[in-house]
Amino acid sequence: MSAELFLFPFLTGLGLAILLPALGCYLRLRDEWLAALAYSHVAAAGALLALVAGMAPVLGGLATAALAGAGRRLFARRLSGGAGDALLLLGGWAGAILLAANAPMAERLGHALFDGQLYFAGREQLWPVAVGGIVALIALRALSPRLLLARVYPDLFRLRGLSVWPIQAGFDLLAALCLALATMSLGVMGAFALVFIPPWLAFRRAANWRSGLRWAVAISLVAYVVAFALALWLDQPFGPVLAVLLVLAGLLVA
Amino acid sequence: MNLLLRTEQLVAGWQQPATQPLDLTVAAGEIVGLTGPNGVGKSTLLAAFAGRAKVFSGRIEQADGLRIALQTQDVPPVVGLPLSGRELLALTGAGADGLPAWLADRLDSRLDKLSGGQRHYLTLWAILQAPADLVLLDEPTNNLDVAGVAHLTAHLRDRAAAGAGLLVVSHDTAFVEAVCDRVIALRGKDVG
Repeated sequence: MSAELFLFPFLTGLGLAILLPALGCYLRLRDEWLAALAYSHVAAAGALLALVAGMAPVLGGLATAALAGAGRRLFARRLSGGAGDALLLLGGWAGAILLAANAPMAERLGHALFDGQLYFAGREQLWPVAVGGIVALIALRALSPRLLLARVYPDLFRLRGLSVWPIQAGFDLLAALCLALATMSLGVMGAFALVFIPPWLAFRRAANWRSGLRWAVAISLVAYVVAFALALWLDQPFGPVLAVLLVLAGLLVA
Repeated sequence: MNLLLRTEQLVAGWQQPATQPLDLTVAAGEIVGLTGPNGVGKSTLLAAFAGRAKVFSGRIEQADGLRIALQTQDVPPVVGLPLSGRELLALTGAGADGLPAWLADRLDSRLDKLSGGQRHYLTLWAILQAPADLVLLDEPTNNLDVAGVAHLTAHLRDRAAAGAGLLVVSHDTAFVEAVCDRVIALRGKDVG
């Protein structure tokens, strides 16, 4: 019983500790890491809104993040320089805090989403992460050459008749859904820490793109396993423990 | 003569016309140079051939199914990116055969660990050797030393001999005269 109690949270987090740094490498490639934080906040607001409306929070989180991911491209030209991501982030944060403050039933979930209480994850969190994570990793692998070419040689990309828009919109949607899934169990900042810090460290040291991906996932896995054990042992919320470990690793390596 | 590109009284620009009317042809196996002072619209013309700049009047005709590769003066954003030279070539489909020894040895290094000249030549090579019928080059000798320019000159001739057409924009008169079959000089005073 107790093994099962911790097995589901551990496996859920493990799947995310593989998926998020890989996704983070492509967000970093495109200079869109702030979007990850925006998607997490919007997903948190969506989950709370769904709870208040009597729906499943995970569906609300996924739906609002997907909407943000799909809509982000429409306003990209008018909201350049990261302004769109900043507005999404602030809107999501304000919405989530106001919902948690004014709807008693949303307060507990709000705390869980912002604290990052992975230990509450159960079977219903594990399966979406397992299936969604595998699909997302396959999609990333398929998109990888085009994302790299579009970044390094945008003219050649277009001259080959490859349309930029579906690749960008597809990636935005993929990133938004992954971050929404991750926010439901790791919390807003726990998810962001795994998206941002392992790729940042890997990009500084890796010899090539493939090894960059491998380094990012390896750093993430080590930090995740240590944080899981440490938070359990010290009886602390998981998200902040993970973030502190990754921040320390970042300061040491940088 | 297998014509790849033909323009008739072409005027191109961005928000407004930036070039004088131009008649131009590039055939397979031919290297054509475009020279002229700064601001005459050389890069704008290349951008128009690549479908990026606006055609205000005249027309551009391309051979059916023409594959174009374009090297611009913009430096690919590779600083801070863990991308090796070998991975860069794989992205564009370029081969490494024929690379100068001073670069072939460094293919597995990150691009941001190479010198400016080495990085420029490798990012240029990735376009030059990409599968294409027509290669458009904008100031390819920038940042290259004498050995680099000599290697590029020889390689452009090989590329043309293999059947590709090349259109080279350059302010390097000696390079243009050494490598091009024909040179079209755009005159600054003609530009409004």
